[in-house]
Amino acid sequence: MLRVENLNVHYGGIHALRGITLDVEEGKIISLIGANGAGKSTTLRTIMGLEKPSKGKIIYNGKEITGKQTKEIVKSNLVLVPEGRRVFTNLSVIENLILGSYIRNDAKEIQKDLDWVFELFPILKSRQEQKAGTMSGGEQQMLAVGRALMTKPKLLMMDEPSLGLAPLIVKNIIEIIKKINQEGVTILLIEQNAKASLEISDYAYVLETGEVFMEGKGMDLLNNEEVKKAYLGT
Amino acid sequence: MDLELFLQQLANAISLGSLYALLAIGYTMVYGILRLINFAHGDIFMFGTYMAFYMMTSFMLPWGAAFIIAIILTIAFGVLVEKAAYKPLRNSPRMSIMISAIGASFLIENLAIVVFGGRPKSLPVPDLFNRIIHIGNVSVVSITFITPIITMVALAILMFIVNKTKTGMAMRAVSKDYEAARLMGIDVNFIITFTFAIGSALAAIGGIMWGLKYPSLLPLMGVMPGLKCFIAAVIGGIGDIRGAVIGGFILGLIEIMLIAVFPELTGYRDAFAFVLLIVILLVKPTGIMGKNIAEKV
Repeated sequence: MLRVENLNVHYGGIHALRGITLDVEEGKIISLIGANGAGKSTTLRTIMGLEKPSKGKIIYNGKEITGKQTKEIVKSNLVLVPEGRRVFTNLSVIENLILGSYIRNDAKEIQKDLDWVFELFPILKSRQEQKAGTMSGGEQQMLAVGRALMTKPKLLMMDEPSLGLAPLIVKNIIEIIKKINQEGVTILLIEQNAKASLEISDYAYVLETGEVFMEGKGMDLLNNEEVKKAYLGT
Repeated sequence: MDLELFLQQLANAISLGSLYALLAIGYTMVYGILRLINFAHGDIFMFGTYMAFYMMTSFMLPWGAAFIIAIILTIAFGVLVEKAAYKPLRNSPRMSIMISAIGASFLIENLAIVVFGGRPKSLPVPDLFNRIIHIGNVSVVSITFITPIITMVALAILMFIVNKTKTGMAMRAVSKDYEAARLMGIDVNFIITFTFAIGSALAAIGGIMWGLKYPSLLPLMGVMPGLKCFIAAVIGGIGDIRGAVIGGFILGLIEIMLIAVFPELTGYRDAFAFVLLIVILLVKPTGIMGKNIAEKV
């Protein structure tokens, strides 16, 4: 579904990605794990067209999307829930969700998706009119995911959805990721909580200093000694 | 001051205040989206007035058509200023864009002196705007009443666009977070252009009404109203549209009333706005509507 080939990104003088290659198969949950600065976020941001690659290719559904404008990429049903939630705090919950459907014109389908988002996150329904900035971190994360779902993604990318959230809410978010996946949305996930993400992942990539250091099935990596030592703290 | 004079001055104050409000909105909207003080805004206002003048005199258009075309041309001009002076600097430090704004302002003013001529031009005022209306012993020129009405209509349309339409939501989203807005598929450049278009349209409406009230047109006529309306936007809380309206009315009201009560201070009329700016910056730097919301992160 998504193939990233030999992706290189430079930030000024820094060589942030040094030839990342990865594959995302339709219907699966794929994880990127790795330390801070390993290039996980940069990889997702480059896929979304927020960063320009200096070399390499991004192919989505058979079409090359390298260097395309973000709005074109969103229109091809690929979306990113950015790190730190980034909901529009000055807008109400419902307005945030409506903006998720900004690029769409299918009013009926939009309503259906809105109902689905409310079903996944009942809290959002009861807080529709509330300003997003007044909600808790966990609620804002749900809104950020809901807003992304409103673009009707086939591939949903999430950057650290559990960052800074209480353990109980993290569990909740992980459950919801699984649920969204079961509805047929492919997931590409960055998680600092490597254990939780490997447990639900079909496949995972371990990034280190801008390169793929290791890859494999989620369960295999979970039992890998090196991964255990470096990322699982056991 | 007797009641009649007071009412007359109040009408003047409301009229001037609504002109300030129209112009202040342009500052506040651009600031809200780009965090940029568009120093050329007063000159866009001047451009609108001149366009109305040329449409009416050189092209002999009836005033209605002349005003509409003038507004459209001003929108195009405002968008052009954005594309030429600000867009190339989108990723530059904010100071560069500010310098570019000051440069754009000087460039427009001096081009206007060359193209439009330095001598004052007189905007022909259609009868409708020039009638003397007598209410009891109070007599007021009709433009004094028309200005606030048009301002209210323009405001109502603006509030509808900003609060109820998808584009308005996108404008508010872009003002909060460019990148998150892009991730929703919002074309940030389009939203910025749209914001300049609205601001320029309001500046043109304000400029035409200004010209109908004070029909002497000069290339530098936008400088002082521009600065004052920027102050009005700051008083109201820059970035907030309602604040700009309130700031505009406060400035108009205080300015007119001050002169009415202390006619000997007339010469300080313009200075007064700046005193007010200093006071506001000392007392409540975020302005009246500006709030230090504690946002959860």
